[in-house]
Amino acid sequence: MKILVCISNVPDTTTKVKFVDGNTKLDVNGIQWVINPWDELSLTRALELKDDASTGVKSVTVAHVGLAASEPTIRKALAIGADDAIRVNADPTDAYHVAAQLAEVVKKEQFDIIMCGIESSDFNSSAVGSMLAEFLVMPSVSAVSSLRIENGTAVITREIDGGKEIVTVPAPFVAIVQKGIAKEPRIAAMRGIMMARTKVIKLYEPVAIDALTETAKFEMPAPRAACKFVDAENPKQLIELLQAETKLI
Amino acid sequence: MSVLVYTENWDGKFKKSSFELVSYASKVAEMMGTSAVAVSIGNVDEAELKQLGNYGAQKVISVNQDSLKTLDSQAYTSVIATVAEKIGAKVIVVANNNSGKSIAPRLSVKLKAALGAGVSKLPVSTSPFTVYKRAFSGGAYADVVLKTDVKVITLAQNSFDIIETAKNATIEKMDVSVDAPKTQVKEVQKQSGKLLLTDAEIVVSGGRGMKSADNWSPIIELADLLGAATACSRPVSDEGWRPHDEHTGQTGKIIAPNLYFAVGISGATQHIAGVSSSKYIVAINNDKSAPIFEVAQYGIVGDAQKVLPQLVAAVKEIKGK
Repeated sequence: MKILVCISNVPDTTTKVKFVDGNTKLDVNGIQWVINPWDELSLTRALELKDDASTGVKSVTVAHVGLAASEPTIRKALAIGADDAIRVNADPTDAYHVAAQLAEVVKKEQFDIIMCGIESSDFNSSAVGSMLAEFLVMPSVSAVSSLRIENGTAVITREIDGGKEIVTVPAPFVAIVQKGIAKEPRIAAMRGIMMARTKVIKLYEPVAIDALTETAKFEMPAPRAACKFVDAENPKQLIELLQAETKLI
Repeated sequence: MSVLVYTENWDGKFKKSSFELVSYASKVAEMMGTSAVAVSIGNVDEAELKQLGNYGAQKVISVNQDSLKTLDSQAYTSVIATVAEKIGAKVIVVANNNSGKSIAPRLSVKLKAALGAGVSKLPVSTSPFTVYKRAFSGGAYADVVLKTDVKVITLAQNSFDIIETAKNATIEKMDVSVDAPKTQVKEVQKQSGKLLLTDAEIVVSGGRGMKSADNWSPIIELADLLGAATACSRPVSDEGWRPHDEHTGQTGKIIAPNLYFAVGISGATQHIAGVSSSKYIVAINNDKSAPIFEVAQYGIVGDAQKVLPQLVAAVKEIKGK
């Protein structure tokens, strides 16, 4: 069984973002790039499945759509333990464009389980995983918080409003994962880092696909009103203020 | 031409969020000079379907087939796409919740329709069709142009108010042929009777400053008095003081209540990312320089253990309990 983990390269989640070119582009100056947090958890879970011989998982591949500048993020995934990596040499323009590129990779390489994070921390669209599945005409399960393999079959827990469902789907399928899929992201060990340096990242040239969307401009969130402080000795005043001003209590 | 809105049901019932969605769709339809049509999948009775008219749906299409009892993203996408094509929908509106997120991107590919995901207000313009959405986990917002003739929008939860515009919705039953769904549900585990964090208008949330799982009772009491849901920060759920489904923040639940109480939460970027869309934030923290006070509109610098019981007493007094 082969697993593919799709990874996105995003600004470190503590970055205070700024924009340039009339607020149309992210200011990349000084940004630390990391594997998207949910993709890192996906990778961790994929490696845990591979570590357990009973699952029959033989390899974990990572795929990324991005230019050469994103290679350090791919190397990090290799250092954490991915067996091999694929980079589609394209500047990602929107989720549709990225999913279309990934679909070509899957068609050529064939995987049994494809894992994607529920969203990327930069565009927050929760789109690529489900789009990829539709391009491939494959089943997909979203909001996956647990993925096990029992007797060769994937047993999946998905979060629903106010509960969970345990479901199965036939492979190949796309699992779109969220919190819970792995406890903590796996950290690269020195041996992994050394091995990752010499691994070849397989390069795919992109297929011609037009993006369906375009970011016209970015805006900073509207500034919030300054905090009104209430004396800790008189918390009742807070409730009175909330009642008078927000009308919610 | 029309605007199609997919209204999910929960055991045959709609929720307030369904009515927000229909209100939004009918406003979008108004902007485009057309009307809103709702599509419901599953077993929902006529009276319930009729209700959608109260929020502006002119017609409700009900697809109720045995094969569609549980959510299969492929099959549901196929049904909604078929209905959209049949009625000539130009915009399809879906909720930005777990099921909506599993369907909308698939619809985008199936119909080659641009997706605007997590949109939090009415389109900025209809020509070019531009939507406003959260980006960088709340660190910024983006105006995104949807360049195709047909568009798919997912509406962020709690981002649009209900608008009542009584229309007498016509109900149409439709059969749609779909391939057998591949998702098989083996087991359902539901929490009953608990107010869902994503549905709650008021949320009371505790952080590491609460010091121990044993100190949670005033949080729960305050939440009960206010009809609020309880939440927590990541360290709290990691420590096992509270269940994981209460974890609010970038990697946990993203919520947008009207009123959010952050008690003993310092306000790390990752936590703010999950709550920054709240209308009002109230912070109680003993550290005056905690970043939570930068996003809060009301604050108390003080020990949560001492402040909370007094807040509880004050709410009891006001509510006459």
